[in-house]
Amino acid sequence: MKVCIVGCGAVGSLFAANLGTLDDVEVWAYDLASDHVDAINRDGLRLAGAGDVVGRVRATTDAAELPPCDFGIVATKAMHTEGAIAATAHAFANGSVATVQNGIGNEEVLARHCERVIRGTTFPAGKVTAPGVVQWDVKGDTTLGPFEPKPASADAIEQLADACTRGGMPTLAVADARGPQWRKVIFNAATNPLGALTGLTHGRVCEQPALRRLASQLVDEGKAVAAAQGIELDSDPEELIDYAARPEVAYGHKASMLQDVEARRQTEVDYLNGGIADFGERYGVATPGHEMIRALVKGVEASWME
Amino acid sequence: MIERVCVAGAGVIGSLFAGHLAQVADVSVLTRREDHARVLNDEGLRVSGRSDLRASLTASTDPAALPEPDLVLVCCKGTDLEELGARLGGHFPGATVMTVQNGLGAWEIVGSHGSWPMLASVTFMSGTRHSDEHVEYILDTATWIGPMRDTSHADAEAVADLIRSSGLKAEAFDDLRPALWSKLIFNATVNAVAALTGLPHEPRFAELERPSDLGHLVLALMDEGKAVAAAAGVELREDPWEMNVHATQRGSRHFPSMLEDVEAHRPTEIELITGSLVREGNRLAVPVPLHSALYQLVKAKEASWE
Repeated sequence: MKVCIVGCGAVGSLFAANLGTLDDVEVWAYDLASDHVDAINRDGLRLAGAGDVVGRVRATTDAAELPPCDFGIVATKAMHTEGAIAATAHAFANGSVATVQNGIGNEEVLARHCERVIRGTTFPAGKVTAPGVVQWDVKGDTTLGPFEPKPASADAIEQLADACTRGGMPTLAVADARGPQWRKVIFNAATNPLGALTGLTHGRVCEQPALRRLASQLVDEGKAVAAAQGIELDSDPEELIDYAARPEVAYGHKASMLQDVEARRQTEVDYLNGGIADFGERYGVATPGHEMIRALVKGVEASWME
Repeated sequence: MIERVCVAGAGVIGSLFAGHLAQVADVSVLTRREDHARVLNDEGLRVSGRSDLRASLTASTDPAALPEPDLVLVCCKGTDLEELGARLGGHFPGATVMTVQNGLGAWEIVGSHGSWPMLASVTFMSGTRHSDEHVEYILDTATWIGPMRDTSHADAEAVADLIRSSGLKAEAFDDLRPALWSKLIFNATVNAVAALTGLPHEPRFAELERPSDLGHLVLALMDEGKAVAAAAGVELREDPWEMNVHATQRGSRHFPSMLEDVEAHRPTEIELITGSLVREGNRLAVPVPLHSALYQLVKAKEASWE
């Protein structure tokens, strides 16, 4: 079986390296960072931290080099989905493509280029520390299911989930993957921007009662939008927020959006708060809090152009 | 007849008042720093820009060392009102005291430290402080004055006359609240949005084209503030949204003081400005979720550098 990781940053590397330990899987990675690609081809893709892994991965910056693949796993930042899948879609003409990205709206983009799409949500996290080397910070589960308008077959989803699990990334194939996806997007949209706008770590956001209440307001708006679509959350995002605030989990963690703001990189706010606001509008649910957050974070991004 | 004026707090606004009023009255200055008082006593105060003036003054950090004034202008930053009020307590029993801060409660904070007759004002003039003895007069817009405690329109008019005779612009009102609230809603919105986004007050604040445009948030914040004013029985002098549109269409890109404070990691005036609007909303049972959120976010941002 051939799998291509599209976007081999931290999360993409976790999938690539772990799948690259399996004898029956040939792993390809498409990424634009040539130093990272060269290091992977020379030394293998290395993970350290939560697991020490060296995976055999064939990496390339040139999408034309990709062979026909059975599966794609798209792990770019959400705003790069369109460009990445437009370049690589030819490799998946007979395959299925999964997204493990943050936010909502990525499946819709993939479906414009691919026939069989897998809705995915993943919780593991890490960061690229050097070309070819990724620090694996947090282990966690992945859920895969069909993207309803253009679904991959249940067998295919099961096959990819099985490979990921055997490789060391516990993955569950389910009939409806929207619950975990919305739990994660609500969690991210309710907490990441509060860190990004204030400069506080996740734990410090949560220990200020008024800010924690603001997070709950955002959670409530998100839950209402999920409910209006008939989505049943697999568990309460509130529990995840409090769990993550524990010192041994992510108290001192700077949310990715705060890291983006500090580095003056475009954030994923359009796919988090913007995604919830857009779905809210489509389903007639008011989301003034998420609209406020989107406007503020877009304002922060605009201030860098000043 | 106002012959002796004490300017308490010699930042930009205090220095502009002191430099001009010294042309028509005896002016003393209450400073926070000893070296600031020394420079003013030794070298006087210079005003450049729209005025070209030199003033000789008496300055001290101790109110007891200053001549008894007829009028005290409280010109400190809103965050220093309590401390300055306490320093004035027990002094200047024959004086009328006027506050010049943004927000709603300034005169009450100072007035709690003595039984002086109280006036309040809002000022739209602006300048830049080049040194302890040199301030540049930039925007020659008016100061609006109204009676608050044991004062009449005639008292407000007398102060406005004095200020006008010194070369600045001033206007007296029977009821300052329509003007005060117009500026409060404008400031609470523009300052907090600027402080959180890093954007100066510029045309984006009035953009309404796309759903994610910043103008929608600004408009919603203005509407929340207007609902509070209406419940308080205040008929606004100017529509704050129109003030916003006018100010940004003029093409100027003003850096609100709260943005400057945030960039310098100084305490902001959020408590006196947005805080007073939120407290009024709560008191009058008018929902102010957006202003409350901005209030919490700015407070949390302050906490991030404490």
